[in-house]
Amino acid sequence: MYDVTVIGAGVVGGLVARSLSKYKLRICILESENDVAMGATKANSAIVHAGFDAKEGSLKAKLNVRGNKMMEAVCNELGVKYIKNGSLVVGFSEEDRAVLNELMQRGITNNVEGLRIVEKDELHEMEPNLSDDIICALYAPTGGIVCPYTLAIAAIGNAMDNGAHLKCNFKVTGIDAAENGYKVSSENEFVTTRYVINCAGVYSDTIAKMVGDNSFDIHPRRGEYMLLDRECGDTVSHTIFRTPSKMGKGILVTPTVHNNLLLGPTSYDITDKENKDTTAVGFDAIINSTNETVKSVPVNKTITSFCGLRSVGSTGDFIINSPVKGFINAAGIESPGLTSSPAIAEYIEDMLKADGLALEVNPDYNPIRKPYYSFQEASPEEKNETIKENPAYGKIVCRCEGITEGEIIEAIRRNPQPRDLDGIKRRTRAQMGRCQGGFCGPYVTEILAKELGVSYESITKFGGESLINVELTKGGQS
Amino acid sequence: MKDLVIIGGGPAGMSAAIAAYENGVKDILILERDENLGGILQQCIHNGFGLHKFGEELTGPEYAWRYEKKVRELGIEFKLNTMVLDVSEDKVVTATNTQDGIFQIEAKAIILAMGCRERSKGALNIAGSRPAGIYSAGTAQKFVNMKGYLPGKNIVILGSGDIGLIMARRMTLEGAKVHAVCELMPYSGGLARNIEQCLNDFDIPLKLSHTIIQIHGKDRVDGVTIAKVDERRKPIAGSEEYIPCDTILFSVGLVPENELSRTANVSLSPITNGAIVDQDRQTSIEGIFSCGNVLHVHDLVDYVSEEAEIAGKAAVEYIKGTKDDSVLIPVKTDGKIRYTVPQRITKKKDVAVYFRVSNIYKNVMIKVSDGDKTLLSKKKIKVAPGEMECITLKKEIFENAKELYFSLEEM
Repeated sequence: MYDVTVIGAGVVGGLVARSLSKYKLRICILESENDVAMGATKANSAIVHAGFDAKEGSLKAKLNVRGNKMMEAVCNELGVKYIKNGSLVVGFSEEDRAVLNELMQRGITNNVEGLRIVEKDELHEMEPNLSDDIICALYAPTGGIVCPYTLAIAAIGNAMDNGAHLKCNFKVTGIDAAENGYKVSSENEFVTTRYVINCAGVYSDTIAKMVGDNSFDIHPRRGEYMLLDRECGDTVSHTIFRTPSKMGKGILVTPTVHNNLLLGPTSYDITDKENKDTTAVGFDAIINSTNETVKSVPVNKTITSFCGLRSVGSTGDFIINSPVKGFINAAGIESPGLTSSPAIAEYIEDMLKADGLALEVNPDYNPIRKPYYSFQEASPEEKNETIKENPAYGKIVCRCEGITEGEIIEAIRRNPQPRDLDGIKRRTRAQMGRCQGGFCGPYVTEILAKELGVSYESITKFGGESLINVELTKGGQS
Repeated sequence: MKDLVIIGGGPAGMSAAIAAYENGVKDILILERDENLGGILQQCIHNGFGLHKFGEELTGPEYAWRYEKKVRELGIEFKLNTMVLDVSEDKVVTATNTQDGIFQIEAKAIILAMGCRERSKGALNIAGSRPAGIYSAGTAQKFVNMKGYLPGKNIVILGSGDIGLIMARRMTLEGAKVHAVCELMPYSGGLARNIEQCLNDFDIPLKLSHTIIQIHGKDRVDGVTIAKVDERRKPIAGSEEYIPCDTILFSVGLVPENELSRTANVSLSPITNGAIVDQDRQTSIEGIFSCGNVLHVHDLVDYVSEEAEIAGKAAVEYIKGTKDDSVLIPVKTDGKIRYTVPQRITKKKDVAVYFRVSNIYKNVMIKVSDGDKTLLSKKKIKVAPGEMECITLKKEIFENAKELYFSLEEM
């Protein structure tokens, strides 16, 4: 029997599991997909928000500001790249300026530090590529960027290194009361547990209903993005938001921690929780908005586009509560969910403590997770040492991102183990560059098959039926 | 220290090495990132290579082997599985492999011969989902010809570049059904002979002025929506057609791989995406040469080999101090002629100028002029973007010219 079972291996579930792994608890993470970080975690703006957006007094405001303060230390412990690049909400008119002033006041109430309005001259010095039509901006020096799936992978890897279990392809179909807790079932297996933490993203309402909690609904809100080549990462150095309107926060332009340029998201409410299609309308909206904010964005340098689904809760705020004994919701975690995730984990830890769960410190707990070795970032001397120890680090597999065979093998051997090509991509960046796996895909397939001890043709892109190859050729031999 | 370091052991690199060796520079090192010499030819198992160069129809591996055999016979040094990480302006090459670790070599001259890569689907902004079953044509070619696996059974191909056409036939021969080849432009970018032999001979429909507007499928592709496009290449409402398929191949253009040229500060052309070179294929940096598909994308490997010979010979002249770079004049174009290679030439020798046009034109006059003065004109019945053209100029006709202006007039 587990003490705590976390449903959903996204960034929230991951950080919850990790913070509980400090204690002598038996922890299980259940994930319906073939890998961790497969929901909203893998497709969002990758922004650490300063905290001026959320309504004063809301849980969102509180956890956003707290999460922002925690993020740097969490990233340091987990070996995740975090850059405090600062954010700018830009205004085109005096009406916009009034909104920016309101935002600043709200930020001050929310305890956001360092906010100020910058005027055109200073602004264009800070960001020479901004449109000349922009007259002022709200500057938030505490805004930052982080890679959300890297954070989730690192948190879950660290939790597992500290004893937590991860079960992928475990799609929860029922939660039943059991002695001292719950029995959480999928179609073909089950776990028993004292506590359940519901971090199931767009499906968190479905999970809550399994224990009779009908108090909220989640609907998906589509957000499409375009990701540009690393050549374009210097277009802007801050995260550039537009002045929010009734239509939402609008389409941002931001560098990523890997120095790509990210444009998006669009914002459309939909009903299908599986529909992650990008749309022609969405691309036009992104391109048009970006052309208004930034001069000369080379949209033809797009290397990929994708769509994520935000989990929008029916209450307007994060839904973090315990509707029945032993069951905790962390639902409706839309923006600023990534920023808030470490604070949500802390909040839930406190809830468990208050509920009487004995939190005895795990003496073997190690909060530090070594980052994946980065060949590219190593000095020539380090590189030579590493290659001498393990020649696989001398073989570059992904030429666009400069990723070696050694790094791919390391990623496969570490927690949480990737079992498909996209899993390797998110951990190592092999296949993430400008050729999008055109050259290295067949090699990565080979390395993965060999390491997992499975056949070449069984390798998938992201689990399920997403097979890369369908059969042998006429003369092919496995 | 090496006299000559060649980056890339494909057809360009090998041909350049042999030419350099035969012209008297023997201290050569070829650095190749793959486990074999031959480059992309290794996976091009179809025939049609070498007609121009050897008067025979060879397969890709056979063509490559002619050069590899020579490289081996001459004892030209090469390192396989070796990735070059940096080339500096002062000709220091940094590379890595499993045996040597990171190492640096100073070279008297460098030839860039890294080839090209396929433009990926990403830049096209096609709406829809992101399932498995989407490959560039070259990746599918690698799976089928090198690994022995079939990536799908029901195929739609976007783009009628040569690799896409070749793969339409190859997949068909492996038992897959190719439902359509869609081409955004009103003409194909591939060679006429490939349209005939790879599509027409197998009754595969080529849908010109068509594109994929939506990809369907959750885990694996289960279909595409295609549509006809207007003259601005925008989809025409009402022309949509759904084609069930499990695989989409993209053959939407090739891009010279000039990441290393950039590290060396070589000036690049925004049109070819390759280096700007003189008649000897010397780049903006003295002693650094560029040839093959890294310089500009060729239709035929035979022309790659020829171009690499020019670069190999010139590198020898540079190393020996006999290369004469005086009196260079620029070669310019009118836009209908998209680009030329070389982009600047010496007045001291005859030169073959290669060029591509920007559209299909019939009954045209290609003119080479200097100001108001027409130096040469040549009639052509038909020119197309997919077929590289060449005009050889005798030095006598341009020895007094200030520039060479290439223009196309429709008659």
